[in-house]
Amino acid sequence: MAPVLALEGISKRFGAVQALKDVSLEVHAGEVVALVGDNGAGKSTMIKVIAGVGPPDEGEIHWEGRPVTIHSPSEAQSLGIATVYQDLALCDNLDVVGNLYLGNEIRRLGVLDEVAMEKRSRDLLNTLSIKIPSVRIPVASLSGGQRQTVAISRSLLGEPKVVLLDEPTAALGVEQTAQVLDLVERLRAQNLGVILISHNMVDVKAVADRVAVLRLGQNNGVFDARTTTQEEIIAAITGASDNAVSRRRQRSEGGT
Amino acid sequence: MSDTQGPASDAQVDPRLLVREEGLAGYLGEARRRIKGGELGPLPVIIGLVVIWIVFQTLNDRFLSAQNLSNLSVDIVATGLISVGIVFVLLLGEIDLSAGAVSGACAAILAVLSVNQGWNPVLAIIVSVAVGATMGLIHGFFFAKIGVPSFVVTLAGMLAWTGFQLWVLGPNGTINLPDGLISDLTGTYFAYVIAAYGLAALATAAFLIVSLAGNARRRKAGVPSRSMGDIVFRTAVLAVVAFGAAYILNLYRGLPLALLIFLAVVVVTDFVLRRTKYGRSIFAVGGNIEAARRAGINVAFIRMSVFAISGSFAALGGIFAASRIASASQATGQSNVLMMAIAAAVIGGTSLFGGRGSTFSALLGMLVIQSIASGMALQGVSNSIQFMVTGAVLLAAVVIDSVSRRSQKASGRA
Repeated sequence: MAPVLALEGISKRFGAVQALKDVSLEVHAGEVVALVGDNGAGKSTMIKVIAGVGPPDEGEIHWEGRPVTIHSPSEAQSLGIATVYQDLALCDNLDVVGNLYLGNEIRRLGVLDEVAMEKRSRDLLNTLSIKIPSVRIPVASLSGGQRQTVAISRSLLGEPKVVLLDEPTAALGVEQTAQVLDLVERLRAQNLGVILISHNMVDVKAVADRVAVLRLGQNNGVFDARTTTQEEIIAAITGASDNAVSRRRQRSEGGT
Repeated sequence: MSDTQGPASDAQVDPRLLVREEGLAGYLGEARRRIKGGELGPLPVIIGLVVIWIVFQTLNDRFLSAQNLSNLSVDIVATGLISVGIVFVLLLGEIDLSAGAVSGACAAILAVLSVNQGWNPVLAIIVSVAVGATMGLIHGFFFAKIGVPSFVVTLAGMLAWTGFQLWVLGPNGTINLPDGLISDLTGTYFAYVIAAYGLAALATAAFLIVSLAGNARRRKAGVPSRSMGDIVFRTAVLAVVAFGAAYILNLYRGLPLALLIFLAVVVVTDFVLRRTKYGRSIFAVGGNIEAARRAGINVAFIRMSVFAISGSFAALGGIFAASRIASASQATGQSNVLMMAIAAAVIGGTSLFGGRGSTFSALLGMLVIQSIASGMALQGVSNSIQFMVTGAVLLAAVVIDSVSRRSQKASGRA
């Protein structure tokens, strides 16, 4: 089966900086792919490419097997790519329902249909087993983990096929991190493709099926999360394996 | 995390609705929780208004007379309309310093068109409001598209439109408005007793029907609904206020047209803000611009349109101000009008920090400010004292806003 989203040979340059060079990434339905890399490795640029915020200079994007271009966030959304940014971008002054439906309000005779929105919000949160004291309290009064789950739920309203999560567990406590990771697993169970950007190897090992490593704007290996140790992944991130000895061994092994 | 399935559905019952089901004790507990959490709503301003009325009534028993209250209800309209526009701008977390100048300039245009040029007054009013909207749109353009801070843009606007007002009025500086439609805006009273009572009955019935219908839909959809007692209580409070006001207005000259227009404006704008996609977008931009942008809201459009709305209401306020004194002059919209309009919005409970507020605060805030002005005038106190007292009230309102924000932050609600 073709991957739901496949990027091939993606390059992106900002002035003198080559942010991405010939990078590839694949996500299948019902799969969690972790995208890891050190600061400046090109993770954020990669997110922007997929989310349509910063289209690539070169490279091909395939959606369910057919070539597409993503020039704007709305194009990404209409394809079925939902992005949850690290800063969440929730309106603290609006309640949970207001935030979930912001920009996609349900209307009835031109007036906001609060009842329908509230009902669907409750149904959505229930299917994801999300615990929130009330859908009618301002988002400001939620904990970090709850805000993250609201932001992720919000991205699901458009019924996407791929969800892009940027550092969803950064700045969260142990319990809250577990809540978010649970949610990621439920997304996978609903046959969504999930791209998880993270610095946290424990989280990556906990939920990811595959780990794609970026280093200095280039692919530095794709690993099976179950069979690969944390040390190996970290070595790929930091480039500890990238020295004359390993390069020689790679050449003699014929590539990979 | 294995027990999430069960409590999730129970946990989502709105605590505010749960509390109401517990009756009076629940209400008191809820009120305590909200006050501690800094969610004061319109409570401080209502308490303030009651205190002000009691104080001035004890000083002078003419203060709460039908005539004084009726005049007061007309006096709040001009600045109140400007304040409605200010509320829109404040919801974005911005400020419009030009509203007073715009109101004066548009009043001048109205006078020149209808008196000097002999235009049909309705046409003159429409053109005048359109000019106000355009002035606001210009501010909005420089703010939203060029990125000049709203404070500076509207400060420039204040100076420029004041000059424009003087230029339009010409060397005489004052244009008297003859009897006619424009002066009738503030001079018309519906003397039939049925008018005021009918409006009160209509408002109460509409509120009750909307509440019941909404509640029925919520129950049918299986989302938490208000208790019957709660609806009855709210309707009763509204009925007491509405019929009380109608009774007093009928003791003097009946229901003033200007007040009717102002109330209609407040109700309609409140509806637009709370129940339409456009209003929700304004709150979103005021709460978190980045979130609004990512949600696909056209931030520049919202900003420009809000400044245009502010300009339109400023123009409308200027028209009523001119109507009230039957002339447009160099003084229309000058000196303290702008400050009163901003003060009213803030005293009424609209946050200066954006994202929180309602156009009802324009009504409540103007009632407070005008009550102080009227009470002071009855006492024969000079303007100097009146300004100082109003300043103190404004400071108190902003302090309440800031402190309630702080305690909201402390209890994680802002």
